[in-house]
Amino acid sequence: MIPPVRPRLTEDGTRWLDAAEAKVKADPGAVLALFPAAGRACGRGPLPETGWTVDLAVRATLLTALPLDGEALGELLFDLYTHGDTAERLGVLAGLDALDGRLGDAGLPIVRDALRTSDTRLIGAALGSYGAARLPAEAYRQAVLKCVFTGVPLDTVRGLDTRADRELARMMADFARERAAAGREVPADIWPVVERHPEVLAELTTELPSLSSGAL
Amino acid sequence: MRIFDPHIHMTSRTTDDYRRMYDAGVRALVEPAFWLGQPRTSPGTFADYFDGLLGWEPYRAAQYGIRHHCAIALNPKEANDPRCRPVLDLLPRYLAKDGVVAVGEVGYDEMTPAEDEVFQAQLALAAEHGLPVLVHTPHRDKAAGTRRTLEVVKDSGLPPERVLVDHLNEMTAGMVADSGCWLGFSVYPDTKMDVHRMIALLRQYGTERILVNSAADWGHSDPLKTRAVGDAMLADGFTEADVEQVLWTNPVTFYGQSGRLDLADDAAPAADYAGNTIKRGVAP
Repeated sequence: MIPPVRPRLTEDGTRWLDAAEAKVKADPGAVLALFPAAGRACGRGPLPETGWTVDLAVRATLLTALPLDGEALGELLFDLYTHGDTAERLGVLAGLDALDGRLGDAGLPIVRDALRTSDTRLIGAALGSYGAARLPAEAYRQAVLKCVFTGVPLDTVRGLDTRADRELARMMADFARERAAAGREVPADIWPVVERHPEVLAELTTELPSLSSGAL
Repeated sequence: MRIFDPHIHMTSRTTDDYRRMYDAGVRALVEPAFWLGQPRTSPGTFADYFDGLLGWEPYRAAQYGIRHHCAIALNPKEANDPRCRPVLDLLPRYLAKDGVVAVGEVGYDEMTPAEDEVFQAQLALAAEHGLPVLVHTPHRDKAAGTRRTLEVVKDSGLPPERVLVDHLNEMTAGMVADSGCWLGFSVYPDTKMDVHRMIALLRQYGTERILVNSAADWGHSDPLKTRAVGDAMLADGFTEADVEQVLWTNPVTFYGQSGRLDLADDAAPAADYAGNTIKRGVAP
């Protein structure tokens, strides 16, 4: 969920966020002009021990003030996302988890778009708890494989506990075989997924003993 | 030698160029929106282009240790196609973005009434958004086009120090110097301006208000021309401080008027990158 950001803001920043939230509550369209200004108004420094930055949390907070739900909320968020620069797109993706109950599936087009990009920041941000919970199984597996393939660390990817099924383990094992055949490094992140399915693990390590996870 | 290329179209360049630019000392650049070899026919393709200038291209640049900002505008050539006119309605949203440090390239191509209208509308947008302006001067009938450009800028009420008039040559530099606007020179392999003429112009007009760019794009051009000018300046007896002023401080001062230039930590890539993308698993 969104870490509390107000304690990190200056007086001017707090005033800006208070006013921005009030404007957005009164008129959802006001978010279009406020959203890009968040970093300039409130700062972009890190929020310690959260992995978030100030502008990211301010943008996500601003979205929770929108007096909309369902399709109407999804359409406005998609508009913000699609006309947003990378920081704004990350802000929309970061807001999805907190809006899950109000959005239903209406935020999925945003998650799917982010997963189609080649920007690893967007790919990683698409697999927060919203995307992890709502993507269909095939899309979730492809997304996790894309993370491993592009070097997005799986420790920030949500949903593996419940969704890392045998088919995903099979895909990871095949990816390892492909990399091994090419003489390239096998990313360590495949192992937590493969190890959940001992028979897939056994098959892989029998075939390629040098690849056992313990050896890495 | 630290270099800020104030005008280069990286969308048309390769990762090899980014690598060579970094090796030559380029640490920051501005990519202004312009026309492509193929004319566009709808505002949607402009939106995708602008999104690329704000998303993918800065990300690509960061992999090579180069800070990427952009300027956004409807260029004069495509301003003549009525199908592209709705691009003007898109601009206010884009001019609000952090990575946008100027309105540009605006100006004239053939000096048509449509170009007049779109140029003036965008100067007004620049005033409204507190942004400096990058003005392209026409390739053909340049002196007349530059004269008319300066009149329109003057009538707009924008302070001249917020306006950079680009692609100048021996015929047009003097009138821009007299106007109080910044002087931009695009150093090309064959056309526009070459390194030796550039040195003579720096001797004549001084280093205070001159910006040198490669304007490298999809045509015959060279992204290392900024470095070539720096080397030629030193060989000609300019000091390292003179070179720093022309190739770094002047662009920073001009675009810094936007209040949005972010050059902190300018060598750190935005994120690690591997796989089926630009680094393809190999560190640059």
